[in-house]
Amino acid sequence: MSKTVTIDPVTRIEGHAKITIMMNDDGTVDEARLHITQFRGFERICEGRPFYEMPSLMARICGICPVSHLVASAKACDALLAVAVPETGARLRRIMNLAQIVQSHSLSFFHLSAPDLLLGMDASPASRNIMALVSSHPQAAKDGIALRRFGQHIIELLGGKRIHPAWIVPGGVSAPLTQEHRDEILATIPEAMEAVQRTLAWFKPSLKKFREEIGVFANFPTLLMGLVTPSGDLEHYDGRLRFAKPDGTPRMEDVAPERFNEFIGEAVEDWTYLKFPYFLQDGYPDGIYRVGPLARLNMVGRCGTPLADAELEEYRQLSVEERMSSFHYHWARLIEVLYGIERIKEIVSDPDILDTHVRAHAEPNRSEGIGVSEAPRGTLMHHYKIDENGLITWSNLIIATGHNNLAMNKGITQAAKHYISGFDIPEPLLNRVEAVIRTYDPCLSCSTHAFGQMPIRMQMVDSKGMVVKEVSRQ
Amino acid sequence: MPETLTSSEVVTLTINGQEVSARTDETIMEVAEEQGIRIPALCHISGLSDIGACRLCVVEIQGSPKLQPACVTRVSEGMTVSTHTDRLRAHRRTIVEMLFAERNHVCSVCVSNGHCDLQNLAVECGMQEVTLPYLAPKLQVDASHKRFVMDPNRCVMCTRCVRVCDEIEGAHTWDIMGRGVDSRVITDLGKPWGESDTCTSCGKCVQVCPTGALFEKGVSVAEMTKRRQFLPYLKTMREVPK
Repeated sequence: MSKTVTIDPVTRIEGHAKITIMMNDDGTVDEARLHITQFRGFERICEGRPFYEMPSLMARICGICPVSHLVASAKACDALLAVAVPETGARLRRIMNLAQIVQSHSLSFFHLSAPDLLLGMDASPASRNIMALVSSHPQAAKDGIALRRFGQHIIELLGGKRIHPAWIVPGGVSAPLTQEHRDEILATIPEAMEAVQRTLAWFKPSLKKFREEIGVFANFPTLLMGLVTPSGDLEHYDGRLRFAKPDGTPRMEDVAPERFNEFIGEAVEDWTYLKFPYFLQDGYPDGIYRVGPLARLNMVGRCGTPLADAELEEYRQLSVEERMSSFHYHWARLIEVLYGIERIKEIVSDPDILDTHVRAHAEPNRSEGIGVSEAPRGTLMHHYKIDENGLITWSNLIIATGHNNLAMNKGITQAAKHYISGFDIPEPLLNRVEAVIRTYDPCLSCSTHAFGQMPIRMQMVDSKGMVVKEVSRQ
Repeated sequence: MPETLTSSEVVTLTINGQEVSARTDETIMEVAEEQGIRIPALCHISGLSDIGACRLCVVEIQGSPKLQPACVTRVSEGMTVSTHTDRLRAHRRTIVEMLFAERNHVCSVCVSNGHCDLQNLAVECGMQEVTLPYLAPKLQVDASHKRFVMDPNRCVMCTRCVRVCDEIEGAHTWDIMGRGVDSRVITDLGKPWGESDTCTSCGKCVQVCPTGALFEKGVSVAEMTKRRQFLPYLKTMREVPK
């Protein structure tokens, strides 16, 4: 009789999930599945609401990355207004988006994954957390807190509060940057810069300790997707949508992000609330692709800032095969933090950033709008339709974590097959399976925003892990 | 020249233990305001007639078992009024909770967040949570007007819009439909606002609305600030003898 091992809940991720590992009779792993067990409903909640509310309403999807939703949603609303956002308004949005990426990446790297990286995958669960890190590696913990504060503080200076600022609005932003706040942002740059450089300095040599993990942590070739600048460089706010081959070369010509529907389909499985987006040309499930920092850095020409480009060059010393390991999301995240700090400094140093023309006003001029931006975890897509009075009639969101769903499932299967044999499974091995998920930094509260008639299956597993009963609803 | 008051028109009463003089044509609310005593209220707004609908301004009057609305109760000689007792506080907090539970008030994504009379009242009355079950009615937003939006989800049925449209603008576009918990404010016998024949698009209703139920098109979350300075001015100018 087959046996099921359940890891529930998966810890140190954003949201709630369950992993099921299905074993064969001989004690080998058949398949592992990531079940997203929460359910939201945002696409229905917003129906009938004025579209001007959408950025703030959609930002409530997440408390970690509300800014990402603000940006993508406001861009979809810009498309409904059919206006060009004033240049300074767009650059201010860009600063907030980068600040969000810095703080979110820092949360993922330091608070969620650093316990595995610094204390070891084999450390006991009780001492494998951020609090233990504070006592054992105080400088790393301080740097993590400082980098997160850096990002959050900029968000607060721009938008008035750290979580769910209502400052990004359709047409631009609601208030310009003051000189006082500009100076305050500039003053925080050196500390943040030192913190991320110090982190890169200990992280890179530590990689040799994780050769085994690098080899099996979702290490397989997939397509990559993300925004790039017209010249193919790193981009988080605007640009063109690129689908790239594993080696980073474009799979096809970059397209306008608004055309994403022509290239991405969404499949549904009956054992999770999270949909499975796939590259249409390759079908399901072969159209597996990855998004997020690793995908971005694997497919762009360069970052466009000097220090990040130097780090990117060092990262690119890895072979293409090595770069396919999701373990390297951690490294990519740190390079993006460095890039974010450099880019923020560059943008706020321009005197034009204090220009007060930051918002375009218009009545809705189109009935359909699409907004695409890069969230910390990958490409975020908001798609709305409105009636003649500006009330939302339909919406669809594709969230970064969703894009990675196929890769996450394939990744935990790979790790489970490598680490698990036999029915007696030590905790550190299970932690490694969880750690695969952590490399993606999934935000499950974001990715299960959808509402609909979803089939659900409950597996009842006894204390020995035997499936004794199964209930399914269609 | 103002008329000289005769002694019979002036009375002495006690509010919260403090003896005050007032004219017999004044309400408890007006006298309290003169004395710097704030009585929570929602349907009352200076410049419009009072209807005593929201019951937030109820006060205790010695000798009367019933709570009396301060906005429509006139003062009398020897009256002893209490405006802030434990009983009144509990009563007001319950009323505010009922207002929140009756419709779909979601402050965090409301255009009036931070500038809302209902939100301020919740703070003032110490409402930390809604203990009553939400009714969660399904209500359709009316965005048919070119400049304004009516969101019944945020309406508290204070009827300020009805009164300002009737008493100040003279259009009487707004009125009430239905009874009790099913009551709704409507424009022109239930036509969409944008098709109203009587609406002059003056926007006074929007400005007096205490919540985000009536707002200007194109404002985002927390951006709708109401400008009500016009109301006492218009009222006073109309009352000046020619």
